[in-house]
Amino acid sequence: MGATAVEKILARASGKKSVKAGDVVEPRVDLAMSHENAALVINQFKEIYDGTGLPARPWDPSRIAIIFDHRVPAESAKTATNQKRVRTFVAEHGITKFHDVRGDVGGICHQVLPESGYVRPGMVVVGTDSHTTSHGALGAFAFGIGATEMASAWALGAALNIEVPATIKVVVSGRFAKHVGPKDLILHLIGILTAQGANFRVLEFAGETIASLSTSGRLVLCNMAVEAGATAGIVPGDAETVRYLREEAGVTDPIDLVTSDADAAYVRTVKVDVTKLEPVVACPHTVDNVKPVSAVAGKPVQQVVIGSCTNGRLDDLAVAADIVRGHKIAAGTRMLVFPASARIYAEALKLGYLSDFMAAGAVVMNPGCGPCLGIHQGALGDGETAISTTNRNFKGRMGNPGAEVYLSSPAVAAASALTGVITDPRKER
Amino acid sequence: MPRAKKTGSPRSRKAAPPSVPTSRVILSLGDDVSTDLIYPGRYMATVLPSETPAFAFADVPEFQAAVKAKSIPKGAVIAGGDNFGCGSSREQAASCLKGLDVVIVAKSFARIFLQNAINLGLNVVTAPGFAADEGDEIAFDGGGIENVTKRTAFDVVPLPFARQAIIDAGGLIAYTRTRLIAGKTASDR
Repeated sequence: MGATAVEKILARASGKKSVKAGDVVEPRVDLAMSHENAALVINQFKEIYDGTGLPARPWDPSRIAIIFDHRVPAESAKTATNQKRVRTFVAEHGITKFHDVRGDVGGICHQVLPESGYVRPGMVVVGTDSHTTSHGALGAFAFGIGATEMASAWALGAALNIEVPATIKVVVSGRFAKHVGPKDLILHLIGILTAQGANFRVLEFAGETIASLSTSGRLVLCNMAVEAGATAGIVPGDAETVRYLREEAGVTDPIDLVTSDADAAYVRTVKVDVTKLEPVVACPHTVDNVKPVSAVAGKPVQQVVIGSCTNGRLDDLAVAADIVRGHKIAAGTRMLVFPASARIYAEALKLGYLSDFMAAGAVVMNPGCGPCLGIHQGALGDGETAISTTNRNFKGRMGNPGAEVYLSSPAVAAASALTGVITDPRKER
Repeated sequence: MPRAKKTGSPRSRKAAPPSVPTSRVILSLGDDVSTDLIYPGRYMATVLPSETPAFAFADVPEFQAAVKAKSIPKGAVIAGGDNFGCGSSREQAASCLKGLDVVIVAKSFARIFLQNAINLGLNVVTAPGFAADEGDEIAFDGGGIENVTKRTAFDVVPLPFARQAIIDAGGLIAYTRTRLIAGKTASDR
């Protein structure tokens, strides 16, 4: 019996010849990512060392990445003080993979890590953010953990007592129709699996459609794997992974691809043909409440959000800019655009996308997580409705439990901004 | 659930033995209780476990009133359905409930929340099929859980086998400290 990519990665990281789903392992950590919540990690880290007489020093500062993205620039004195504490720790321990509030190398952690070449196929990546699943798009085993677990990883360089997860294989075939893409695919899949259908499992994406999908699209799929409950999403490394790392992330050292064996054991296989897939939306207040856009078309929206770690990449902005270019956003609707990183912001600026958005009436914001989870700008008013390219629509998500959030692709969101109602982009204009 | 051992067939006892500790359900919720409901994102700048309990279920007015009035008894039960704690990895969602010293009984838990709960020593009980209304009296014994008010009993699924060492140590900070002292870091392997 062969092994899945995740089993191989965990075997190697645990110093074992092979492991199988259900085994308990302690994999070494290749990359440990935090954002502002590093403030809590530092707190827990110091507590571990209390009374031990040992110096509170991380096992390997070169493997720690800290990216400020949740509240940038700081929205309050409290956040600013937390960020200041983290900066002090970063300087004290020589953490070089630190991305402060900057217009050149800043951005959302789940874009900064891939574009900086920090994530490689075969790595074990942990992050104090549930969307750390994103990095499976580069062929890594990447999963979200809490702050105390991160503190433990900083101390020991390993993730403790991890049960090797079983894998669900998602085989995707066919070609996307115009205005249909990876976001529609992952929402459709979450609708099939349900919000807990992949709890304690890995979603491995395979098939012809995935093979020809860009890393940007793969990041969308893996980013939202957690919305089906998955521990991780993964696209085992392939030619596209190498292309992305070489051409877009500037990686020059050897790349080691870890793939699944043909006879690997999967707990379930799900097949999806995207040829006839329509644009879909996730309706309030769960991500698995997925319907074709036609079922909710005409619903008025007061806010349209385009961006985030899910859909704030250059190809997403290109789709949205193409739709709004030369038009005006509907009266009574506001549109917020936040690119996923400073690099993407600069590229979108050069390509004219940001001017297109501004001319249409959209507000272009600095890269960050704020509006997605209602913690920094873009909050909704009582009874308001938003359509957003982000990843969660839980009650209260955009800062107001009395508001509603629909999730969609950039195409659906942009088309809706022009009409002021949820709109099928295939019918707009 | 990983490596879940069933504790036996459903039982049909009529009432709890008198020695079994009981407590009341103070909040009963459905499936997919998200971390945004447990600890809304707008309070995430507050990180210290000593400060997070004030914002537990901040958008649930009755619960918030009880938090402010400090009227939540120790060991009170929050009842949930499937996938309790889905969403964010924010540890505040576990630390705020730990600080209130409540017990979470749910049909199933989302992975990250469950791990955070175990890491912090928050009392969580997985009982598939569990159902309770606010005010119901709940009895715990070693192997099961009973809704005394409704005279129904439920099996309990043990916590993940892989995490037992952390549970035994009383949480991940204590466990990691022990491992550090033992010098069993990854580099020693």
